[in-house]
Amino acid sequence: MSTVLFYILACTALVATGLAITRRNPVHAVIYLVNALFALALIFYLLGAPLVAAWEVIIYAGAIMVLFLFIIMMLELAPAEEPRGPGWLSWGPVLLLSAVLLGAIVLLMAFDPAAAEGVPSWYASPRTFGYVLFKEYALAVEIVSFQLLFAAVGAFYVGRAETPKRAAEAKR
Amino acid sequence: MIVPFAHVLTFAAALFVMGLACVLARRNLIMILIGVEVMLNAVGVVLVGASALWRQVDGQVFVIFLMAMTSAEVSISLAMVVYLRRRKGTINADAFDGMKG
Repeated sequence: MSTVLFYILACTALVATGLAITRRNPVHAVIYLVNALFALALIFYLLGAPLVAAWEVIIYAGAIMVLFLFIIMMLELAPAEEPRGPGWLSWGPVLLLSAVLLGAIVLLMAFDPAAAEGVPSWYASPRTFGYVLFKEYALAVEIVSFQLLFAAVGAFYVGRAETPKRAAEAKR
Repeated sequence: MIVPFAHVLTFAAALFVMGLACVLARRNLIMILIGVEVMLNAVGVVLVGASALWRQVDGQVFVIFLMAMTSAEVSISLAMVVYLRRRKGTINADAFDGMKG
């Protein structure tokens, strides 16, 4: 069962990614990418990484993609005019991909992973995961937290508002 | 392992090539960043697949580090996009072809 689901989800992710990278409208691209990320999260779950699957949805689809949308809307990058042609052309593929993902989730829940055959016989429980993360990789966790802090400071520095003095310097 | 490891690798390679094509072919800075995201996700698929193959948690731990790195990279590069847009009024990558100094 999970073998079939893996191939279905892989095809979904590939189609969604292919649609995402060919869109002219960045907002549509982000929406398709969110679809692809949901499919990837389910694949992670099937491969025995439930915690990574949850974080894929929370961090990638929830935080990073919203950041993209926020910047796109802040800079008004999306084309303002409505696309020509019938409306279902724009929302049909998204609806189809979402329906496939929903079907995959329902199938996964209907065939309980603990009982059905072909299920990953091994998966990393959050307990094991946290133990390894904070015991063996404690130094790496510290370094990554520093990296995030530097990124926040750098983003603030790059994105700070234009002052008259700096504007005059740039003109010179 | 629910599928042969080669299939996981093939899937990840296809994703990676899609992201690479997006980075190389598109001229919109936002779309270039989206291509980078796709490539990083392909790397994550390989790590989780290897983790399932050898039944070690280390691959999944590296995916977490990958996510942290991605969020840092995205925050910096989106700030750069805002800065470049403010400077030249466009986010077409071809507009930024000159160096100063």
